[in-house]
Parts: sequence; structure tokens; C-alpha cells
Amino acid sequence: MNFPFLTIITFTPIVAGVIILLTPKERKTEIKSIAAIAAFVSMVLSLYVFATYFSAQAADPAQAQYQFQEAYQWVPSLGITYHVGGDGINLTMLILTGIVSFMGVLISWGINERPREFFSFFMFLVAGVYGVFVSLDLFLLLFFYELSIFPMYFLIANWGSTRKEYAAMKLTLYLLIGSIIAMIGLLAIYFSAQLPAGSLPPGQTHTFDMLLLQQASIPIDVQRFWFLPIFIGFGVLAGIWPFHNWSPDGHVAAPTAVSMIHAGVLMKLGAYAALVTAVKLLPQAAREQLPYVILLVTVNVVYGAAIAMVQKDFKYVIGFSSVSHMGLVTMGFATMNQVGLNGAVMQMFSHGVMTALFFCVVGMIYDRAHTRQIPELGGFAKFFPIVAVAFIIGGLASMGMPGLSGFVAELQIFMGLWQANAIAPWYIFVAIISILGVVLTAAYVLRVVQQVFFGDWDPHKWHDLRPINAGDKLALVTFSAILIVVGVFPGVLMNMISSGTLPVAKLLGG
Amino acid sequence: MTAEQLTQGLLAILPEILLLVLAFVVIGFDLVARDRKHRRALGWTSIVGLMVILIVVIGQTIPLTATDAPPVQPVFSGMVRIDLTVQLFRIMFLVAAALTCLISIDFKPLKALGEYYGLILFAALGMSLMAASNNIIMLYLSLETTGIMLYLLAGFMRDVRPSTEAGLKYFLFGAFTSTIMLYGLSLLYGFTGQTSYQGISAALVNLDKLPVMVALVLVTVGFGFKVAAVPFHMWTPDVYEGAPTPITAFISVASKAAGFAVLLRFFLLVFGPVQEQWIGLIAALSVATMTVGNVLAIPQRNIKRMLAYSSIAQAGYVLIGVAAVGTLGTAGVLYYLAAYVLTNIGAFAVVEAVTNMTGSELIKDMAGFSRKSPGVAFGLLAAMLSLSGVPPLAGFFAKFYIFSAAVGYTSTDSVTGIVGHPLVWLAVVGVLNSIVALYYYLIILKVVYVDRSEGDEVEVKVSGTLKVGLGVAVAGMLFMGVFAAPWYTLATQAAQLLR
Repeated sequence: MNFPFLTIITFTPIVAGVIILLTPKERKTEIKSIAAIAAFVSMVLSLYVFATYFSAQAADPAQAQYQFQEAYQWVPSLGITYHVGGDGINLTMLILTGIVSFMGVLISWGINERPREFFSFFMFLVAGVYGVFVSLDLFLLLFFYELSIFPMYFLIANWGSTRKEYAAMKLTLYLLIGSIIAMIGLLAIYFSAQLPAGSLPPGQTHTFDMLLLQQASIPIDVQRFWFLPIFIGFGVLAGIWPFHNWSPDGHVAAPTAVSMIHAGVLMKLGAYAALVTAVKLLPQAAREQLPYVILLVTVNVVYGAAIAMVQKDFKYVIGFSSVSHMGLVTMGFATMNQVGLNGAVMQMFSHGVMTALFFCVVGMIYDRAHTRQIPELGGFAKFFPIVAVAFIIGGLASMGMPGLSGFVAELQIFMGLWQANAIAPWYIFVAIISILGVVLTAAYVLRVVQQVFFGDWDPHKWHDLRPINAGDKLALVTFSAILIVVGVFPGVLMNMISSGTLPVAKLLGG
Repeated sequence: MTAEQLTQGLLAILPEILLLVLAFVVIGFDLVARDRKHRRALGWTSIVGLMVILIVVIGQTIPLTATDAPPVQPVFSGMVRIDLTVQLFRIMFLVAAALTCLISIDFKPLKALGEYYGLILFAALGMSLMAASNNIIMLYLSLETTGIMLYLLAGFMRDVRPSTEAGLKYFLFGAFTSTIMLYGLSLLYGFTGQTSYQGISAALVNLDKLPVMVALVLVTVGFGFKVAAVPFHMWTPDVYEGAPTPITAFISVASKAAGFAVLLRFFLLVFGPVQEQWIGLIAALSVATMTVGNVLAIPQRNIKRMLAYSSIAQAGYVLIGVAAVGTLGTAGVLYYLAAYVLTNIGAFAVVEAVTNMTGSELIKDMAGFSRKSPGVAFGLLAAMLSLSGVPPLAGFFAKFYIFSAAVGYTSTDSVTGIVGHPLVWLAVVGVLNSIVALYYYLIILKVVYVDRSEGDEVEVKVSGTLKVGLGVAVAGMLFMGVFAAPWYTLATQAAQLLR
């Protein structure tokens, strides 16, 4: 019996959330401390788990498989289990979640409007995210997936800004429609999978266990019919065009920490769930249909960047940039070869950190200037040099500058696209068009940098700006450092990621 | 009837006998103790009594769950049959009745409390017999026993106009639909010459399709009224709005569960051999019920009316489980109803707390409630999210079980022999409906959590009994939403035995 690391990582925030709810509402510092401690514990444990797997996998890369597994019966008659485990992909996502959620708590230290409710909902959200990443059971995955969507509604509607109620409702309904349609698809898989004889305990006819389902044969017509509903259903959360509409509105309306978690981690949840359910369980259909999905996400890449370029609201720029970057993730999946998949997972990590950094910066400026209109802002580099430097690092990563994590990710995705040329003739054109999207990214990032940080400083308008505090600085420095470290030494993540993507690439024949 | 059979029969209906005794004890107690101090004691007597009966029922259930238990035989000349399904329904009714009594204690507008609690107990007795009945005469008698008690309870606040209107409306609709159902039952008797479920079922096989369908449709009208399925739902909003709030809770959960108990047993035990003919009918009813309930719930301004339409929609989801004939479907229905009993009573307990506080039943007057009373507002959060099917609450598993039953329902094409999944579309309609439902549940929560009202900084006290009732309901929802296996295992076992 191993030490239940993954369970502790997932349930620490839940326990903290419950304790916070039971704390008297006047004890604001205690409430925040509980949240910070819980987020810190989960972060440290996920780093530990990552490091352990990293060293084990470095010793013998061929033996990479799910580690830290725990399995308990939950509803035995239906084959529902509590089964968690980690491999190269989801442990990478786990440390992303850990870092972003801990920084999110630090950034939210200034929230004094009903902190009890805020931090408990935030903790439930974080727990849901951890839960999805570690699940090895379809039911468990759905359970945590929905658990992570609902707190968003209250977090945005209560503590948000700019049409918050509209955005919160839109986000919740979009994501729920997607997940619940995917649920029907998962049930179809569940009922039609033919498992190898003797793989189930007696008296049980079906299973939700993903590792068992991967060995099962699923009839080709079920695969063909349900691949798109499941892939797109989860893909809604990854912002796949034309179902991306909730995302800019939601990100803009959400409070800073929630935008960070949401754009930084939650959108990856959609991509991750689509990968482990639709792609891994229905590989034959994936081979047939992903070449068409790539056409949708090409629109994501270019359209997201183009819209970002004309936004006046600073936060909308970042919101649409997420749509564009998440398109690259799905594009990486669609290459169906290991290089592309590596790029996609790397992009998930890199974009998570980068977007969290962006939303951090936007939040800091908005808190002080009380406006996010780009034309009204200017010259902030003078007053907040650290913020400006951090934003520029993030911006360069977002453009895919060598030496930063974005480059590692995007380069591999484009290499994957060229390699995938044999799958369908349009892959090359997709690659060319998407590279144009990267040029657009450079345009909107530079526009923001130029206007907001290096424009004219109006000393009359901005005279009593509050300086940024230690927590803010810590967050900015951490995020920038990660972008640089991963960009310079991609090996710290790449080896892990390739150990996770290898089986997927094999499955897809790439 | 030998003495042995008599004892066996009496033991089988012991819970009903005890309910009758309890009802008379409460009424008698009310006669001797008329001063104010004892009024609360009436409620507590009923609750304690119901708990004792619950223990008796649980004691009766344990031997039935043994894997080698012999098949249950009907007792009292085939009038009732106490199988595991019935026991699970009895547990639901008793819990619902006890929680109703608990939230009635601090419901101020009530007078004549002895009769009030007595009627609740008689209604629970009727429901229990409805679930147990194995004969169309018994079925009709128990249905009417329950119905009449509930008509009286709905109109119990005699000097409040909406309440009397609710009572009268409920009575008129109930009387009308039950006559139609009685006509259907008489047709069944006429065609087959039998009154027991098994007898009718055996004789039905040799009959023409058309007369059977006519009888089936007529019977469905009566059951449809009980579960508030569209198009027999018209009474629901008015009755729910006018009736005393605890009674609204009781009607919305216990009466609906009882309706499903008879619907499920009657369709499986009597119409089982002709199931191809009614699956489509039930599926159509289900789609209409879900859709109409959810769409009409959106524009409601009164919280009780909104919950009325929501409860119509919930009946639609349960009907999916009925349509997906088989172990999965029946077990899903049993799980769903148990989850629904806890959830909806919780929701109405909050409604009562809010109306006690503000004197208004309008949704907009709930603004800022989460600041006035964070604990009770959290109960509402749990209830609304459970109704919309969000983990980790009971409603999530309930919906999941029902939808998986619909997806898993298979039928073999009689010509080609291909096994198909013909009810997947129904599951899709169900999930789309649950998104619509989510919208209005979230609106309520938005009003409670986001909107502000004057003076909401001051916390307001909520009566202890309401808090206890709500606490029990929320604890139950969380328990069923995390430890989903125990009740589901029982439900699966019951479903397998229901033949």
C-alpha cells in the first residue's frame, strides 16, 4: 500500500474549504491563511510527486506508466471505482495547478468582501481541478469536472466585474452543455465496450475504469458517432471555435485569481479530458476525425489573435489570446505524432503559467488604475518596473521567442504539423496559416506593451498609486522564472511529457 | 384464512397498523391537552413515533436483503405484497413524513394541530398501502385514502383564501382523474375477470392490443395526476402555492414518490408482458413533462410556483427511468426518488425560513438572504445544486443513474436480431433539459448570494426545528452524493426482485 499522495493533494483543498466555511466570518486573516496553507501543501506534494516520478522515469524511460495508483470500489455494481494515478502528462498538469492555485491565493489576499465564501469556493474549484487531472475512472473524472465548474459561477457573479452575472451564467451553461453531452458519450462507451475475458470481477459486466477500457474493443460505429460529441463536449472548456464564446467574457468578468485559475488551468482541463477520453479511448475514430477538427482550431488560432489585436479592454486582449493559444494545444493533439503531442502538452503548461502571469498583471493594474481601457493607460513601466518586465517576459513567451517556454511548445507543434503531412494534404496549409497567427500575437502583445507600459505617463491622473506588495512580487517572479527555466532547460519537463505522450502517439499510429 | 396466515399478514402490515395507532394517539393527545405548551409536543410525538416505525420497517427489511431470501408471497388474500421495493418506498414515506412534521412545528399559521398531524400520518398510511398494493381494489382504496387526506391538508388554512382554493382545486382535479382511472381499472377487470396484478397480467397476454391500450391510457391518467406529469400537471402550481409550505413539501415529495411507486409496480407487474406498447408512451410523457416543467419554471416570480414547475420537471426525469424498463431503470427511479425526497424537503424548509423572515414568497425578496442567514442559505445552495444534478450531492448520482439507464436500455430487433440502444435520444433530451433547469436554479442562487437588500448586514435568527430539518436534509444529500453505493445496491436488489 503506497502513501496516498494524489488523494491528499486532491482532498486537502476540500477539507480546507469546509473548515473555512465553519470559521466565523470576522476572522479574515485566519480564513486566508487556511487557504494559503492548503494550496501550499497541495503544491509541495504535487512537486514532490512530480520529482519522484521524474527520477524513476529517468532511470528507465521505457517503463513509464501510471504511478501512485490508488483504487477503491465506489459503486461496485456499476463498476465505478475511485481510481487515481499519475503519468507524465497529468503530473505536469498537477504542478501547474499547484503553482497557479497557490499564487492565486496570494494574489487574492486583498479580498475583503466576504472572504469566507470566496476562499471556500476557490478551494472547491481547485480540488475539482486536481481531481480531474488525477482521475483514472471516467465517472470520477466527470464527478470532479462538474465539481470544478460550479464554484466558477459564484466566484464570477459575486466578486467579478464587467457584466459579471451575464458572463457567469454564459460560462456555466456553455461548459455544462459540453460536459453533459460528453457524459452521454462516455456512457455509450461504457455500455458498448467489450472487455477481454476475465478482466472484471465476477458479477460485474461493465466498467468505468479507463485503464481497462483502453484494452477493450469499442465497436467502430460507436466510436465514429461519439468521438466528436465527446471531444468537442470537453473541448468547449478548451475554447474550441465556435464554442469559445464564453471564454473571453468569463475571463474578463472573473476576479483576478479566478481568471488565473480559469485561463491558466481550467481550460487545460477541457483539453486534458478530451485527450484522455475521446482520443485515448476512441483512437480509431480519432484518426479519422481529428484531421477535420484541426480546421476548426485553425480558426481559433488566427481568429483569436486577430480579435485580440483590436480589443480596447486590456483584459479582453488576454482573454482572446487564450482562445488563440488553446487552439494550438488542440492542433498539437490533431498532429497525432509524438512531437506534436509533446508540443501540445508543453503548450498547456507554458500557456498556463503565461496566462496566469498576464491576468496577474492586468489585475494589479486594474486594482490601482480602476480602468482597463488601453488608450487611457500609459507609462506604467515607470511606476511598476517589475510588473512591466514580467509582462514583457510573458509576452515574449506568448510570441514564441526562443529561450522561453512558448518557443519550445510552438516549435514542436509546428514540427508535428509538418510531420503529419501524410495524414491529410491540408496540414501544411494549417501550419502556414497558424504561423501567421503567431505574427498577429506579436502585434497585439507589442501593442499592449507599447501603450500600457511605455506610453505617456500622466502624473496628474495617476498620482497616488498603491505600490505592489510582496505576494504580488512573489507571484510575478515565480511565473517569469518558470517561463525562463523551462525555455532554457526544456528537459525538466520534456522528458516527463514524452513519457506520457508516447503511449498516446503509439495508439494513434504516429 | 388460517390463524397462521392472519399473523403473517398482520406482521406484514405492522408499519401501517402502527401508523394508525400513532395517528389516534396524536389526535387523542390533542383532545386532552389543549393549552399552548403542549402544541409543540404534538409534533414531536409524531416525529418520535415515525422514527420508531422507521426502525420497525428497517428491521423488516433486513431479512429481505439476504441473497437467499425466499420470494415474497402476497398476503391478505393477495391484497398486498411486501417486497423490497415496497420497503424502500416505506422508508422514503416515513422519512418524508417525519421531516414534514419537523418543519411544521414552527409554521405559525396552523391551527387544529391534532387533526393536522393526524392527517399527515393517515396520508403516510395511505401511501404505504399504495406502494404495497397487489390488487386493483386495494390500489384504488389506498389511492383515495391518500388523496383525500392531502386535499384536506392543502386546504388546511381555512381562513386563507389561496389555501382553500388550493384544497378545492386539488380535490376537483384529483376526483376527476381518479374516476377516469377507475374506468380504466374497471375495463381491466371486465376484460380479464381478475383483480390481482398477477391475474390480470397473465390474462392480458391473450387480449387484443387495442382494448389493452385503452385501459392502459386511462389508468395512466390517474397515475399521471399523482406524479404531476404533463398534461395532468395543471393543478400543481396553484396547489403548491396555496397549501401550507410544509404540506407543499409533503405533496411534492411523498405524494409524488407514492405515485411513482404505483406507476412502477403497476406497469412492471401488470403491463409487463406488453411493455413494447407503453415504453413509447412513457417516453413521450417524460419528454413533455421535463420540457414543459423546465420552460414554465423560468418565468416564475413566486418561489413556491417555481419549485412546483421544477418538481414537474423532476417527475419527467424519473419517467425516463420508468421508460428504460429493467434493473438499471427501476434502480435509478428508486435512487432518484430518495434523493429527491431529501432535496425538495430541504428546499421547502428554506422557503419556509425565508417566508417567516420576510413575509413574502417572491423570489426577488430573497435578495441578500445569504448575508442574513448564511447557514440556511447554504442549505438552499445545496438543495438547488442537488436538484440540478451537481456533485457531490445526491442529485448528481440520481441523474447519472437515470441517464445511464436510458443509454443502457437495449432492445433486440425482432426481424434482424440486432441489439440496439433505442433510448439514447431520451437521455440526450434529459441532459439538455437539465441545462435549462440549471439556469433557473442558478438565478435563485444569484438572488440569494449576489443581490443585496436593505438591512441585510444584520443576521436574522431562524427557528431551531427548521435548522434541524434542513441539516438532516443536507446531510442526507451529501451522504447520498458521496456514498452512493449502499442505497443503490438495495435499489438494484429490489429492482431485480420486482417481477
